Amino acid sequence: MSTFTRGFRGRRRGEDDRLPPGQYLAEDFPVLSAGPTPHVPLDRWEFTIDTEAGQTHRWTWRELTALPYEEPAVDIHCVTSWSKLGTTWRGVSLDVLFEDVETTADYALVHSYGGYTTNLPLDDLLDGKAWIAYRYEGEDLTPSHGGPARLLVPHLYFWKSAKWVRGIRLLTEDWPGFWETAGYHNYGDPWREQRYADD
Amino acid sequence: MQTDHLDGNALAGPLAEIFTADVSAAVSRCATCGLTGPVAALRVYDRAPGLVARCPGCEEVVLRLVRGPDAAWLDLRGAVSLRIPLGGANPGAVATDGGAAGGG
Amino acid sequence: MTRWRVARLVKVRDENPSARTLVFDVPGWPGHLAGQHVDVKLTAEDGYSARRSYSLAGPEGVELTVQRVPDGEVSPYLTLDMEPGDELELRGPVGGWFVWRPDGPAPVLLVAGGAGIVPLMAMVRARRAAGADTPFRLVYAVRSPERLYYADELARPDPGVSVSLAYTRRAPEGHPRPPGRLTAADLGPYGEADCYVCGPTGFVEAAAALLVELGHDPARIKTERFGPTGD
Repeated sequence: MSTFTRGFRGRRRGEDDRLPPGQYLAEDFPVLSAGPTPHVPLDRWEFTIDTEAGQTHRWTWRELTALPYEEPAVDIHCVTSWSKLGTTWRGVSLDVLFEDVETTADYALVHSYGGYTTNLPLDDLLDGKAWIAYRYEGEDLTPSHGGPARLLVPHLYFWKSAKWVRGIRLLTEDWPGFWETAGYHNYGDPWREQRYADD
Repeated sequence: MQTDHLDGNALAGPLAEIFTADVSAAVSRCATCGLTGPVAALRVYDRAPGLVARCPGCEEVVLRLVRGPDAAWLDLRGAVSLRIPLGGANPGAVATDGGAAGGG
Repeated sequence: MTRWRVARLVKVRDENPSARTLVFDVPGWPGHLAGQHVDVKLTAEDGYSARRSYSLAGPEGVELTVQRVPDGEVSPYLTLDMEPGDELELRGPVGGWFVWRPDGPAPVLLVAGGAGIVPLMAMVRARRAAGADTPFRLVYAVRSPERLYYADELARPDPGVSVSLAYTRRAPEGHPRPPGRLTAADLGPYGEADCYVCGPTGFVEAAAALLVELGHDPARIKTERFGPTGD
């Protein structure tokens, strides 16, 4: 039973039907981080996809940014309950990166510079649902927001959109990531409010 | 200069919800590099879905704490051991009324 | 386990144009050590709640000093809107490491940056309340005179406690030290002491490094950092 604090209102909650349950509208773009911000020089940056058969597909920064890009405008939803509507990004669709990848794996474990990991079904990365994003609102993605590049999977809670992304490992069995092993939901659909492991 | 973390002192409240002893005053040993020091001196990243405490020596994760509405998840894999001071020398940290902890 | 207690605001005191001390009545408060903090929870009528941590400012009772952060979520409420009689929830005291006990024999060096004065002032007050004769030295770095907390109390003589103010941006007329960031000279000369440093993260890192440079044993430097915004 909580005691109400008279006159306290806190952050404004939005009334937008684009807001999933339990979310409020953020005006700024909060920076969340579970550790120190890695700074990766672009000439040493790489992105890899490792298949369950042991094949590695590799892109340098120059190669990644030479690929055809998209400019998605998407709503993002952080599990700490802020949402930001209509954010615009530039990035390479994972459909492009997976074009030559042969796999029968069902699961993906995304890993980042700095050691962060997050897991999701491979299907959630394909068919126009996910990007490796390197520009935000017309500017290069800053290190505090995950630059030089982050995963962008806006239909799931934003912890799945790994900052400082370094690669994807394809697995035949699900392997829970950093927050998924610490009480957060394994899938994380904001519209079903799948925040915690029990939800 | 790293300016995005707090000290392990910030763990005192959230851990007091779980343990009767003051874990922030305990001495932990990092499972990665072996550095030993007070939990209160770990580097705590709190602007995240949970609290992440890292070793000030090697920056590996020592402790993670997530608080949901009905449960807390505590991961201590990064600590080999905790030496927890016990006894009557710490009156401020002893609060044994045992009431149900409040949710959000 | 520590549970949430209901705290009723009984008194407020403005410390300066942007900071206010709030005194709460908390039935069943078990007492605390100087340097400990409390977690505070505010719940809006629609159930939305926000939590913050604040250091206890006094040796007895629940007294918090809060700096108003423009555009903050909680601090504007606490420093402008909350009135005596209003209630919030509070958990504590917590934190048994960044504390000073009146029976501690070693000399004490306190280094405060801005709002970091609060738990250190609790130590100064606890020393006075206990009649302890432990030598205390307080170095208080503050942006400008309008940002000072506890100005009158710090100006009053307190035998055995030496206070030096280091203004970082603007000093009052006639202040002997020109404004500027904290230096080793402000903290020296070295004398064996238990050191307590509290302030914003960047300040704490810098001050702790200066103390080590002066020859202090890192194991005797205790720090408490505020978050990057901490509203």
